[in-house]
Amino acid sequence: MRLSAVDLACHRGGRDVFAGLSFAVASGEALTVTGRNGAGKSSLLRTIVGLVRLVQGKLSLEGGDPELSIAEQAHYLGHQDALKPSLTVAENLRFWAGFLGTQAADIHPALTAVGLHELADLPAAYLSAGQRRRLSIARLLAVKRTIWLLDEPTSTLDISAQERLAGLMRAHLAEGGLIVAATHGAIGLETARELRLGEADS
Amino acid sequence: MAIADLANPSRFLSFANRTIPWLGGLTLIVFAYGIDQAMLAPDDYQQGATVKIMFLHVPSAWLGMLGWGVMSVAALGTLVWRHPLADVAAKAAAPIGAAFTLLCLVTGSLWGRPEWGTYWVWDARLTSELVLLLLYLGVIALWRTVEDPSRAARAAAILTLVGAIDLPIIKFSVDWWNTLHQGSSVFRVGGSTIDSSILIPLFIMATAFTLLFFTLHLAAMRNEILRRRVRTLRLLQASAAS
Amino acid sequence: MTALAAILIRDMRIAVRVGGGALIGVLFFLVVVTLIPFAVGPNLPLLKQIGPAILWLAALLASLLALDRLFAADHEDGSLDLILTGRAPLELVIATKGLAHWLTTGLPLVVAAPLIGLLLNLDAPAEITLVLTLLVGTPALTFIGLIGAAIAVTLRRGGLLLAVIVLPLTVPVLIFGVAAANTVGSVPFGTPFTILCALTLASLVIGPFAAAAALRQEME
Repeated sequence: MRLSAVDLACHRGGRDVFAGLSFAVASGEALTVTGRNGAGKSSLLRTIVGLVRLVQGKLSLEGGDPELSIAEQAHYLGHQDALKPSLTVAENLRFWAGFLGTQAADIHPALTAVGLHELADLPAAYLSAGQRRRLSIARLLAVKRTIWLLDEPTSTLDISAQERLAGLMRAHLAEGGLIVAATHGAIGLETARELRLGEADS
Repeated sequence: MAIADLANPSRFLSFANRTIPWLGGLTLIVFAYGIDQAMLAPDDYQQGATVKIMFLHVPSAWLGMLGWGVMSVAALGTLVWRHPLADVAAKAAAPIGAAFTLLCLVTGSLWGRPEWGTYWVWDARLTSELVLLLLYLGVIALWRTVEDPSRAARAAAILTLVGAIDLPIIKFSVDWWNTLHQGSSVFRVGGSTIDSSILIPLFIMATAFTLLFFTLHLAAMRNEILRRRVRTLRLLQASAAS
Repeated sequence: MTALAAILIRDMRIAVRVGGGALIGVLFFLVVVTLIPFAVGPNLPLLKQIGPAILWLAALLASLLALDRLFAADHEDGSLDLILTGRAPLELVIATKGLAHWLTTGLPLVVAAPLIGLLLNLDAPAEITLVLTLLVGTPALTFIGLIGAAIAVTLRRGGLLLAVIVLPLTVPVLIFGVAAANTVGSVPFGTPFTILCALTLASLVIGPFAAAAALRQEME
């Protein structure tokens, strides 16, 4: 599978956030998107997933399911955690697994992989910020999708959780997945190529 | 053991555990006596045996007001004296007071139906009780809506005290509204004034109801304390797991 | 299909657990109905005559409750992003959320209406027709309300704007609902009731499509 973008541009609030952007990511590869705040890292991810309309350029996916859009074959991990405080950890994850997946999934391996299996019946309101982030990450494990679009995935995570996430990302790449991650710092993917935003005039 | 000792939740729990069985037993005894006396009391010459509904209706009206009084004292406890268990007392009293008010409305409706032909005529007293029920339900909704217990306690306390001030005003307004629209004929639930021979059974039933209120109140407070302990344990569980 | 079932279960769970639960709509319904006699007087024949109208108005206002949180809550915590990129068609997801809203807000109103109708001195035939009209009409109120909720999703004080947008759209439902509920009068039950059914069926289709279009507009 290969995700490629040619000459992407994005307008936000009347100004050009970025323009003339081109890149390609293939199965097993990772791309980190870096740049200062406001350079358009989040906008780029949201453009790929279809939440921001493409004004210029072309996004294409080779080798995927031609019936589905890019968004339907990708996991988007945004700034927010998409969790309901009144539902338990397990209920939250089971909902996303049921909504995004194609069949009823067993969520316990995913919860174990992020270290939240002991808190499965705890209402999500009681979780700390890092635990909520880990629960969002569990969503990526509960339903299998090839493309991972991650916006600052390590924010609010402590060192051990960051290392755990790096391991999960490496495993995903090894299975043939591809990752585009916007980040400020290193996230533990040594083999990733870097796309720096905001350096040329935009 | 001084009242101040009860401020400690654990001590309160042990006090409640010891007291509730005795209080409950006493309640049953007084109820038995009261019902017995009520059955022996004479029928009303106009209404026949239906007048006996009064033995449920009048005490439950009294208890609806007692409930709000307990909540008001508890509200002062929360806002002024900062007693640790005041908000527990307030939260526990609300559903019980509401239930007795509802009982008052239902018994009043049934009592009046033979005379009115319908279940409800917007009689002054019953209408005041209906507004009281709405106030109760509002405070209960407030308790349930605000997530944090201490913020909920303060909000509910303010609402309770405002309600306590407003209730006499509401009562006066509803009475005035009723006379305005109905002139001199007053639909009074129960008709004439209460005869003295019914007074003693009424008093016994009122006592029984009051004992019932406090039995239920203690049990509800115990439940609320346990509920908060569960919440604390869950918070600890979340923070203990990394 | 499991996607829509997941949405239905989740939304119903949240509706029951959060805030006053499902019964706060019924409480609002009761409060509004209680206020009317204070304004109009405890004139029993009059109350009986306008009773169905009062109950319909109160049900309409109570249905608006929780509508403004319908999409706003999902928008605020990022769930809406994921829903927009899910595999289930957005129109069906919205229809399912509407169903969840009606089950937890509208249906309790229908169940409570006969009891509250007692306060207004309604007799049994009037109660039965009232319940029928509410049963058929409250889904229309929810599904028309969906449109306003979607339009107002990104706004902070969305609640009042929502009411202002939605209430005029519900006028046909109110007219035919009350006309069908009034057994006293020259209009027979059948005609307005059939039109009410038609309005509801139309709203079940138009509502989700219009709301989906509005959401897609908002998100960009």
